[in-house]
This record gives sequence, structure tokens and C-alpha cells, in this order.
Amino acid sequence: MITLGFEGTAHSVGVGIVHNKGKHCTVLSNVIKTYQPKKGGIHPREAANHHATSIADVLSESLKQSHLRFSDIDLIAFSQGPGLGPCLRTIATAARALALSLEKPLMGVNHCVAHLEIGRGTIKDCTDPILLYVSGANTQVIGFAEGKYRVFGETLDVGIGNCLDKFGRTIGLSFPCGPKIEQYALKATQYLSLPYSIKGMDIAFSGLLTAAEEYYRQGKPLEDICYSMQETAFAALTEVTERAMAHTEKKQVLLGGGVAANTRLRTMVGTMARERDASFYVPIKDLCVDNGAMIAWLGHLMYQSGTRMSIEDSVIDQRFRTDMVKVTWR
Amino acid sequence: MKKQVIYRGAEAEIILSKYRGKPAILKHRIPKSYRIPHIDSLLISMRTKEEAKLIIEARSTGVSVPIIYDVDLQKGTITMEYLQGKRIKDILNNLQEKERKRLCQKIGESVAKLHTHDLIHGDITTSNMILLDDRVYFIDFGLGGKNSEIEAKGVDLHVLMEAFESTHSKHPSCFTYVLEGYQNESPALAKVVRVKIDEIVKRGRYR
Repeated sequence: MITLGFEGTAHSVGVGIVHNKGKHCTVLSNVIKTYQPKKGGIHPREAANHHATSIADVLSESLKQSHLRFSDIDLIAFSQGPGLGPCLRTIATAARALALSLEKPLMGVNHCVAHLEIGRGTIKDCTDPILLYVSGANTQVIGFAEGKYRVFGETLDVGIGNCLDKFGRTIGLSFPCGPKIEQYALKATQYLSLPYSIKGMDIAFSGLLTAAEEYYRQGKPLEDICYSMQETAFAALTEVTERAMAHTEKKQVLLGGGVAANTRLRTMVGTMARERDASFYVPIKDLCVDNGAMIAWLGHLMYQSGTRMSIEDSVIDQRFRTDMVKVTWR
Repeated sequence: MKKQVIYRGAEAEIILSKYRGKPAILKHRIPKSYRIPHIDSLLISMRTKEEAKLIIEARSTGVSVPIIYDVDLQKGTITMEYLQGKRIKDILNNLQEKERKRLCQKIGESVAKLHTHDLIHGDITTSNMILLDDRVYFIDFGLGGKNSEIEAKGVDLHVLMEAFESTHSKHPSCFTYVLEGYQNESPALAKVVRVKIDEIVKRGRYR
């Protein structure tokens, strides 16, 4: 079965095409285009405009790279939420239009669950992981338990990517700031104390952000602040992930989301996994960030396991929670 | 004597040990090489100290906790009473509804006792409760602290609510029973904490 998926929950618009070989996912194409704000963070309307202008090109490019024709597509999937309303509505409209004109079934999927399923679909041996999902808006520790995807821990305020971006903007960096902060951190000479905030399995970053900005105002070296932010925030993320693994007795950990590109975070989670005899997995970069292939793959899994969606049910949900998803494929 | 680890959690090993000839539990916080030594040693000594203090204070409020025998901040160890009971996590799902209700109310009463004395457990889950001689013992105060704010008490109960949702989802009334017990112990606090919990739930992303 061949599935085409539309992604567009935040700054990226993407179209991916996947094909299943048994239970394994083969990505035939995965084109992503990212909206770059001129200044500040993502403006939802501007991002949606960007997606509306780009989507036709992204779609044709994806089809071209897959060497397929529209008539080869069996199913159209799209991210139904969570995300920014205007962006979600834009790509949902595109997905509905394509599904209706091709007379193919439509499937709206949960974006967060898609991040986990693409790991299971594309990485051999990654069968039942705890996912540490770290992006701009989202920071969640997700795992499958008692018939559902459950959130074992999540941020109580901002996502880790957002926290790094906000600090980056304070010091005059352009979006995305994470990679630049990572570069600064490499040249640090000392650790500056920052609040380490864990409540049960949940986590908070706003105190850390305020303290880091205060260090900046005091004129402390940027390298040291960036290093200290990474060390503190990532240690806390690794700790909550380990707690979820201990709690659920799972032996696999998967990293997903844009911040998964950070080498230091990968090293920390990898070390944690090794020390508790667990396996550590990260999908390739284009499947870690927001992308259409993961949406297509989850759409495929849902359709194959009997889920159907009418156009009327395809309304977007900005607050579509991970634990609201009815899991029919596991 | 060979080290006998009876439980390995995310942050500590629970080792069967002896204190002056009596069986005892040694809780040893393991250094984590994923984090830098500065953060690692600070977290270990702070949490060990805070935990020992909280357990002792909790006892004085009438909540059942293990007796502390010894503390070593450098090594990150607490030696305490060995409670040979059953984890609430392992038994709760298999009880009769009436018994489950009674137990959950007991849990609620104990949490209210802690909270009226501004003691925050920090990780109230059913894995951190042991049933022994019909008493619910609270263990693992490692993420706790002293805090008089309603916010802290609300978050404390919210952790338990989430634990029930993920581990005892077949018995959705558990948390309601806990709140009943909490209210029996401290009606005034229960009133404000209930409102706070609703607020915390809504504050979570996408609620």
C-alpha cells in the first residue's frame, strides 16, 4: 500500500510518500520546506501563508522524487493536530482536496504519535520504545501502556526547543537557535548553576530560561551560559526519560523531534541507555524533524488496522493529545 | 557479603543490608555518567539530605514511613528500616472495589497529613507506597521538599492522578477515593487543592 502524508503543524510544510514491506516502512520521498521568520518566533498566520504558497511545489517535488504518479497513491494522510490552527487548517484543506479529487480515502493522524511510529517503522529492533520527543513546542516522554500511547512526563511550561530559541533571541541569534547554542557550548570553560526542575516525571524550563537570561545581563560568557543550559536541561530530560523506562520496565529508548539533532543530548540519552542495558535509537534526521513521511506511515497503520475517516470527521484539533488516540494497530 | 540489590530504580539501588545486626535497606543513589560531575554530585547529596529530613518529618505528622538508621551524604546513602510488605502498584488492580476504595482513602488521608504540615512528597505514585500490617507506608521522598504553597500541593496530587491514569486505568475511581480521604483529613485544604488540580490539568499542553 502506498500512502502520501501532509505535515504542517508549525514552521515546516512537508509531503512524504511511504510504502510498506510487511511491517517495515520504506520512505519513497520526503520533501520538507521550512518557514523562516524574518524576526522573532513563528507567526501562525505568516507560517500558514508560507505553507499555502509552498504546498503545491512540495507536493509535486515529492511525487517526482518517488517516481510515482498520483494514480499510484492508495491513501492520503495529514496531521490533524496538535499544532498551530492556521497551519493545520491549510494542510488539512490540501489533503482533503487531493483525497476528493483522486477519490482516495483520507486519514487524519496525531503528530506526536507519528514521531514514535516512524521510529518503530523504519528502525529494525525498535519495537516498543519510550520516546523522548523534543521539539520547539513539544517535550514529552511517551510510551505504549495498557492499550494506549501515554504521556509519562511532559513540560509544564515551554518546550525545550522553544526555551533554547527564546534564549537565542535574547542574545540576538536567528531561528533555529539550538544548533548555534550547541556550537557555543563546545567552547565553554565552566559550569554556571541553573535551576533543575523536575516534578515527578514532569519537567519545567521557564526558571532555567530566566536564570540564563540573567547571566547574560550580568555579562557572563555566552559559551558558559549555553553549555550550562544544555547540561542542565538535557540532564533533566534524560532523567525523566530514565524514570519512565524504569516505571514501565521498557528496554528501548527512541529520540525524536528537532532537538534530537543535538549531539550532546544524543550522547546523554545514549549513555543512560547503555548504563541500564537498554537500546538507543534515533531515526535519520529527515524523519526526526516534522515531516510528511511519518504522517503517511501512521496513516497507513491506522488504515490497515481498520480505522476510517470521513471528510466530516477530518476537522483539525489544535489540542489533539497523545493519549486521545485510539490505538488499533498494536 | 555480596551486594544484594532488591530493586533498581531510575536513580537509586535498593540494597538489602544490615544495621547493627538487624536487616535494613540501603538506598544508594548511583552516580550518572551522562551528566557532568558538578550536577551529579550536587543532585545526589541534595536529594539524599532532603529525603532523610523529609522522612523524619513525615513520621512526626503521623504518616507511616520507614525508620531512618543512618545517612551518608558523600556516598549518597540512607540506611533505613526494611519494610517487608507489598507495593500498592502490584496489589491495587486485584482488590475488591470496596477494599480498593478503603485503601485509596487511606492514601488520601496520609497525603493530607503531609500537606497540612507543608511536606511535599514530590513523586506520589503507587510504586512508592508499601502496604504492611494494614498501614500504607510512603517511601522515596527523593523529589520532595517543604512548601506551603497550594500550587506545590496540587502538583503533588496531580502526579498521583497521572500515575493512576497510566498504571490503574481500569479503575478510574481511585483518584476520587484519594480525594475523599484527603477531604476527611483536611476539609479546608481539600477545597482549595481540588480547584488547583483542575487548574493544573487545564494548564497542561493541549487540554
